[in-house]
Amino acid sequence: MTRAGHAELARVVRDHAGRLAAALVHLVGDFSAAEDLVQDAIEAALAHWPVEGIPDRPDAWLYAVARRRGLDVLRRESRHRQKLALVAWPAEPLPDDRLRLIFTCCHPALPRSAQVALTLRVVCGLTTAQIAKAFLVPESTVGQRITRAKRKISDAGIPYRIPADDELRDRLGVVLAVIYLLFNEGYLSSGGQQAQSRDLADDAEFLAALLHLLMPTEPEVAGLLALIRLHRARRAARFDEDDEIIQLQHQDRSRWDHDAIADASRLIGRAAALRRPGPCQLQAAIVACHAEAERWEDTDWTQIVVLYDMLLHLAPTPVTRLHRAIALRYVTGPAAALREVDALSDDLGDYHLFHATRAELLRDLGHADRARAADERALTLTANPAERSLLRQRLSWA
Amino acid sequence: MKYVLMFADTEQFAADLAAMGEGERARAYARVQEWFAENQDKITHHAHLMPPETATTVRLDGGEPLTTDGPYVEGKEVVSGYAEIDVADLDEALRLARTWPACPVVEIRPIAS
Repeated sequence: MTRAGHAELARVVRDHAGRLAAALVHLVGDFSAAEDLVQDAIEAALAHWPVEGIPDRPDAWLYAVARRRGLDVLRRESRHRQKLALVAWPAEPLPDDRLRLIFTCCHPALPRSAQVALTLRVVCGLTTAQIAKAFLVPESTVGQRITRAKRKISDAGIPYRIPADDELRDRLGVVLAVIYLLFNEGYLSSGGQQAQSRDLADDAEFLAALLHLLMPTEPEVAGLLALIRLHRARRAARFDEDDEIIQLQHQDRSRWDHDAIADASRLIGRAAALRRPGPCQLQAAIVACHAEAERWEDTDWTQIVVLYDMLLHLAPTPVTRLHRAIALRYVTGPAAALREVDALSDDLGDYHLFHATRAELLRDLGHADRARAADERALTLTANPAERSLLRQRLSWA
Repeated sequence: MKYVLMFADTEQFAADLAAMGEGERARAYARVQEWFAENQDKITHHAHLMPPETATTVRLDGGEPLTTDGPYVEGKEVVSGYAEIDVADLDEALRLARTWPACPVVEIRPIAS
């Protein structure tokens, strides 16, 4: 199967798996049983479709397999079986229940690793094997996480519902964190042989878009979607033909997807009009500042520092302070930036970008030896092959 | 669904409580009474336990039952009471736990049916 074929297969599964899962939870009344049926149907699809082609009605095909399987395994649960036996597909147009699915998978009573695995499996239709591969963990580990999580959902009484208004902000925060983690993992995975595992970034964008469709008036959802799309709009320029990272200032900006950038900027504008600023919107606005600059020299660094100040006000983290210091280098110069960075050594001493940033600033200030030492330190702290390669190149030039 | 909320004290909480003046402590206890009163329709029963130094532990996994002084886990967080609640689901249990006005840790456990 071609690369395009695989992408299309992934897209079709993603479009239908969550809907089918939501419909089946509704039909059989049991999250865990429904999830198993969908997983079986997806496994069957991944075995058949690459050979036979994707059917005209993938949803009906998936449902037929899930139903057949359901009538078989739910023998003991006659209640569930009867309901399943009665319904043909396509069922009556059901309301899109995937929001409930997402909030259940991302319930705060589940550990983050289980939230991530469940969301990928239930909402995006990834198989356990695909999740294991994406996160470089054994398949049995992912399987165990899923099994434990499903058991907890049923034994601890985690409800299948959209949180009430007074809980929504916190609960939405968990969902956004899961999607953001997936995006980061996909966009620049922290380990492994392939710097870009495109699939998870696709899934993150899909989830953010779905969430935005289902919750159009939540500005942070729009912010996260814009953030993901802005990053991805630059992907054609991010790596050279040898899979080496090209840093922002050296990227060929004509290769960016300027339509996608304009769309994402409009999305940020609409979110801002709701007047509920948040970390995702601010991060998107920062990335938009970069994306909208025609040349590296045109970057509005003053605006970027202002946005980082606002972000720090909402979510003061050492990593954000590091990024602010990087921007500060172009406003007040490398010496001031280095002072800010050095103040973060207690918090970020084990973070490769802390040392890589110090190296750049030290080099700007003419301290070649100290810069080398910092780059070497950074190299020991990242496993990402593209990042390692960039640091190695820098060491060989300097 | 039935759950037990297990309330746990920390050393800091015990110290804060001890440092309170008479009136302040009375108000703290009153807030707890109020919480129980407000949620009485969901609480089937509850109890406050005597402090951990009154605990005695019997271990049965050796040859002979072994009796020792103190709680079964020596930890910084000790269970100080419990409430059995009957609510729709975990979210409702969480909602209750979040409004608990006293000790700083609450564990929610479903009761096996």
